[in-house]
Formats: sequence, structure tokens, C-alpha cells
Amino acid sequence: MIHTASLLIPLAWRNLWRNRRRTFVILFAISLGVWAMIFTSAFLRGMSQQILDDTIYNLTGHIQIHAKQYLDDPVIDHRFSLIDDALFDSLNHPAIKQISARVRVPAVVASEQDSTGVTLFGIDPENEGDISFLQSSIIAGRYLDTAADPGVVIGKKLAERLETGLGKRIVVMSQDKNNEIVDRGVRIVGIFDSQMDGLESSCIFMGLQTSESLLKIKNDVSEVAIILHDSAQLEMITRQLQQENPHLDIQSWKQLEPLALVITELYDDFHIVWHLIVFLAMGFGIVNTLLMAVFERTREFGLFQSLGMKPGFILAQVWIESIFLIVLGLVLGNLTGWLSVLATGDGIDVSAFAQGMEMVNLSNVIPFVIIQDDLLLANLVVIILGMLTSLYPAWHASRLVPADAITRV
Amino acid sequence: MAGNWLLAWRNIWRQPRRTVLTMLAIAFGAALLVFSIGLQLGQYDLMIQNAVRLYQGLFQVQQQGYHDDAKIRTSIPGIELLARKLRQQSGLDSIAARANGFALISSAKRTYGSLVVGVQPEYEKYVSTLPGVIKQGRYLSSDNAHELVIGESLARNMKIKPGDEITLMGSGRDGSIAASIIPVVGIYASGSRELDRQLVQMPLAAFQDIFSMQDHGHAIVIYHEDVKQQSQLHAVFKDLIADQQQLVVLSWDEIQPGVKQMIELDYSSGWLMYIVLVAVIVFSILNTFLMSVLERTREFGIMLALGYTPYNIGRLVMQEAFILTSIALIAGTLIGLGVNYYFYIYGLTFSGMDEIARMYNMPAVIRPQISPDSVLIGPGIIFLFTLLAALYPASRIRKLEPVEAMNHI
Repeated sequence: MIHTASLLIPLAWRNLWRNRRRTFVILFAISLGVWAMIFTSAFLRGMSQQILDDTIYNLTGHIQIHAKQYLDDPVIDHRFSLIDDALFDSLNHPAIKQISARVRVPAVVASEQDSTGVTLFGIDPENEGDISFLQSSIIAGRYLDTAADPGVVIGKKLAERLETGLGKRIVVMSQDKNNEIVDRGVRIVGIFDSQMDGLESSCIFMGLQTSESLLKIKNDVSEVAIILHDSAQLEMITRQLQQENPHLDIQSWKQLEPLALVITELYDDFHIVWHLIVFLAMGFGIVNTLLMAVFERTREFGLFQSLGMKPGFILAQVWIESIFLIVLGLVLGNLTGWLSVLATGDGIDVSAFAQGMEMVNLSNVIPFVIIQDDLLLANLVVIILGMLTSLYPAWHASRLVPADAITRV
Repeated sequence: MAGNWLLAWRNIWRQPRRTVLTMLAIAFGAALLVFSIGLQLGQYDLMIQNAVRLYQGLFQVQQQGYHDDAKIRTSIPGIELLARKLRQQSGLDSIAARANGFALISSAKRTYGSLVVGVQPEYEKYVSTLPGVIKQGRYLSSDNAHELVIGESLARNMKIKPGDEITLMGSGRDGSIAASIIPVVGIYASGSRELDRQLVQMPLAAFQDIFSMQDHGHAIVIYHEDVKQQSQLHAVFKDLIADQQQLVVLSWDEIQPGVKQMIELDYSSGWLMYIVLVAVIVFSILNTFLMSVLERTREFGIMLALGYTPYNIGRLVMQEAFILTSIALIAGTLIGLGVNYYFYIYGLTFSGMDEIARMYNMPAVIRPQISPDSVLIGPGIIFLFTLLAALYPASRIRKLEPVEAMNHI
């Protein structure tokens, strides 16, 4: 057996290079297919990862904690206390990277010119860092300094709408804990320009303590957003928090943002379908070319057989040739796929479609992302299906009748 | 001449297996493109239809500048008269005037900022689906009734039901305070989160009264079911308001650029995938053509010796490619069309579609578009590129030397 292999493998390898043009033609077809799989799946993966990142790092976080009815009815009545030993203990978990507590209630802001409804966020600027876009998207003025900062930060769109600007005062109106209308004049200390118009025109940010004093809810918050070190622990930590704090409503982003989840899952499913489609498209070509190569070599196989080579060996030899071709094609395809992804750099800029992107929760640059699983899938599809389909030409070669084959021109 | 076609036809069937495999590759590609392009276009139709029908209309006549900066002062005087004039002169009934404002609305317990819209109940039902999706109570009864309808989410948040009264407070067109107590007569559920959460409608006359609008309004909404007639209709309405310089006719894609851009984005990312796929298909066909020409060196040598010119033989090869591609494309297109027809009748849906449908406010079933465009684009591209691909092997024939070629094995 070892003897046979040591005979067939070099033989197959040398056969490949007897007709270089044919080999190159087939190699090109295979590597083009593999390249197509890798390049497009990097594109798809980039899209879906961007959707996830934009969802999680735009205020959502991995996990959110609310009072029981808050999600249904996001008002001040549905708040919870942060001075809660059980909650404090369970948030003190090594898997949790960052915790951001917020007040998040509906409010109305008015300038001298106009007024509009917004969501008022009271945040602790030091803890928002990773979770939200805010700090990095300030275009004028400054970010909030502390939780007691008396100023507010508003979006560029909202500022335009209210015909106000940096340094000017606006009036913020909301309901306090007794459902009385409260208002306060505040100065705009910063303007942000996010890639999401919706956030820009519908949110204002003030210090957590400032908002608590406005609403008379000392140490109470509407929401706690949590970022984990490792998103693989999402389900486990969510369950644990839920068990330890049954009086609170604790949900992962998967429940909070079902659309983002569905879209990323659809993309995942589509990867497999897409690989199969590309393989089918190139598979016909590969089988055809291999088959033709076999017909061209009819005389040679006839000669082998009349010299005593068993049909099984011929099958094995042709099959080994195909496998060499597939493996070489995979190497080339992976290489070119990787290089072409490198060439796209940070990704493609799609800011021309900004408002469309926002509807699917995407920012303006889509990166190409290669991950191990996608590479593995593409390579596995090609190897397994490639080996199966190349069995057919090999089987054909082994079925030639020596006397016919040898006399055929 | 006819002899050449016959020769080409017979040549194709000298190697039936190869021919069938090549045809399968082409047909597969064609069917796939017909199906996916049909599905894609069908989905866009649906998105546009829904975006237009729900609320915003196909066109809106507005005061210049109102769309960019919706100020209550940027209004159209005599709006009902103008709407009536447009109805009479265009012959369309689906034209309705609206006025938009912002107000704080309060129930016994809650206060929310909301968009208040004055509508003409009699005509509103032709331009928007809202009047038809009343879940509780009834829609607005007459032009000057003092009543309003409210979205489902807003009603839930405010804890009100039909028959309850709400207090409305905002600022009028002249800067005065607009305040009123109005009974809620109906609750609608449009399926659009945005509308259901923040939109309140009342009769136009009542709105004009409360907001000190006199006979002004902000938009005349024009609906027509056939989006394809957009450009003709746009010209018609532009003519009709030509005497009023300060008015503009905005199309749905200007009113809702997000929808348009999302379609364009999806379209371009779709094309990236199609181009990659077509490249893979075309190269696998090119391979087959190339190999089959290389294999027939001997045959071509004899033909050259018999007096055929390289040009004749090249043309023969092109004719073979033409016949083969045409048959395969027709078969593939018919298969794709059959699949599209099936889904056109029964609808296509997949897991997760519900979520996405809700987001974009469309039914959870997609029907592929069946139109000359959707059917012919894909096969057309394959046809073009396969014939281009066949040029290369055909051109190689020029290099053949008759004597050498005849001795080739």
C-alpha cells in the first residue's frame, strides 16, 4: 500500500506538469472560485460585524438592566435604585468590563426659536467611554466632564433644528418623580456629530447627577448598560444576573435588538448558501475540464492498462492529480483572497448611502473582515465537494477498455 | 452559410457529455441570476410601495425650504383651495392637505412630546393607510370635528383609551400658545414604530384653529399606486403649481431619502456578488471552450489543409459557442422564470423575515418581480460575457500551422 502510494503520488504530480497550460487553466478556475468565496464572505462578514458593533457600542451594550415595566413604557416611574447590595454584588463580576448607569427619560427641549421632543440621557461620562459613540464624535465644544457637569451635549441636527448652538442656553422640560413638570435652563457645552441622524436629532446628554437632581431621583437610574470582556459569555452572564436580581428586567442585546440579531443570523446562513452557489458555478467548469483532460489522455490510460495497471490504480492516480489541483488552487485562492482584502484597507466608504445605512444600523464604512470560521467553511466546501466531483472523471478514466483506448486517435 | 450553422450544430453534439455539462453551467448561472434579480427587484418594489402608501405619499407639495427645516411658519396659504384645485385639474382623488405641528400632549398621568398633524379626513383615506388601521374606536369624522386619533404605542404609554381627553400644548404659527383639551376618538396601529409612537392626527380645521394657522397648511400629499409613472406625474404637478414660485413638488425619494439609499446600497452590494458570480461562471465556460479548441488541433489542421481560412474556422467556433450558449440560456431563463412564477403565486418567506418586515413596514412575504428587466438582465450579461470568452479560443486558431496541427495528437 505504501509502495503504491509512493508510486502514484509522484506520478500524479509529474502528470500535472506535463501539460502545463491545462494545469494552469484548471488552477485558475479553482483559485478564482476560492477567491470569490473568501472575498465575498469577508464583505458579508464585515457588514454583519459592523451591524453588531454599531448596535452594541451605540448605547446598547451587551446587557441592559431596567426596572420591570421600563421597556414597555420608558418613563421616570420605572426606575430602580443603584444603592442595592444584591445588584452591586452581582455586577462585581470578573467577566464584566464596564458598567454604565443612566437616566433615560422622555423630555422636551426648547430654544427661543423652536421646541421638540427628545430623549434625555443622564450619564456618568467616565463610565460611558467604550459603550457609546459620544466622546469620539464631539465636533465643537467639549464632552461632559463629570457626572455633575451642569452643561448638556446635543447633536448637530438638533442644534440646527432648534436654531441654537454652542454656548447658548436651552430649556429642558420633563416630569419628575411626582409627575410634576420640571424645567431647567442649561448651557450647551458640546455638539456631537454621529453617523446616525436619529441619535443626532433625538437625544440630549447631561451629567447623571444633574439629571437626578432635576428629576428629584437621587441615586435612581433608568438603565444600566454592561459591556463584557468576552461576548461568548453573554448568555451565561445574562442568566446569572437574571437569577440574582429577579426584581429587575435584565436582557441581552439579542432580546433588545432583535432586528440586528436576525440580520446577522441571516448573513451567517447566507454564507453557506453562497459558498455552495459559487462552488456549483465553478464545479461544472472543473468537472468539464478534468473530464476533457481524461479524454485527451485516453491513449495513455489504455497503454497503462495494457501494461498491467489496474483500473483502481488509474482511478486513484487521476483522483490524486485532481486533489493536487484542488489543494494548489486553494492555496492560491486563499492567498489572493487575503491580499485583495488587505488591499481594501479599512473598508469601503459608503457614506453616499448614509441615511439608508442608518436604517439598517450601519455606519458609513464597511470593513472587509476575514474570520477563521469563514475561511474554514470555504476551504472545506471546496475540498470536500471538489474531491467528490473529481471522482467522476477519475472513474471515467478507469473504465476505458485498453484495446479501444490504445487505438483511438 | 447555412452549411456552416449545420456544421456548428453537429460539432456541438460530437461531444454530448461536454456540451451538456457546459450548458448546465450556463443554465444554472442564468436561472440563479433570474431568480435573485427578480427577488431583489420584487423586494424593492415592496419597500417603495409601502414607504409611499403608509403615510408620506408619492409626492408632496410644500413651501420651499419646509422639507429641510420644518418650521410651522413655512406654510402654504389657502391650502384647502390649492388641494381642491389640484384634484380637479389632475383628475386624481388621492390628494390631501395636511398641517404639521409639535405639541406636548398630556393625559392624567403622562406627558409626551408628539407630532400633531391636521388632515382632511375625507381625502386622507386615499393617501395614507392610517385611516384604515384603526384598532379601537373610529377615525376622524369630519373636517371640523374637535377630536383626534392617536398611535397605539403612544396610547399605551399615555394610558389612554378612546373617549379619554388629552391636553395639548404647543406654540401656534404666530408664536402664541396653542392649547386645547381634545377627546381621543380612535387608536390606530400602522405597524410603523415611528408613527405609532409619536403621531397624532386631528381634522385640519381644528388644527388651524388651535395653532392659529388661519387657512394655512404645510403639505399637500399626493398618492398614486404606480410608482413607475413617477416622472410623468411629477411633471404634471409641477406644471399645475407653476404659477406659485415658492412651492415645490417633492418626490418620495426626496421625502424619504433613507428608503431610496437603502435600496441603492443593497443594489450595489448585490451587484458586487453578481459580478463575482458571473466572473466565476464565465471563466469556467471559457475553460471549456478553450480546452475544446485545443483538443481539436488535428481537426482544424485538416480543415486548414482543405482550404478553410482561419477566419472561417474562428467563425465556426463562435457559431458553436453562440448555439450552445443560446440553448442553455433559454433553458436557464425558463427555469428561473418558473421558480419566480412559483414564488410570485405562493410568496417567499424565511425565518427572521417577520422582524425585518416590521422594521420596514412591509408584509413578511416577498414576491419576485416578473418583468422584462428582471428576466433579461442576468441572462443578457452571461450571454455577452460568454461570447466574449469564446473570442479568445477562436482567435488562437490563427496561430495554427496546417502541417504541424495535423500531426498533433
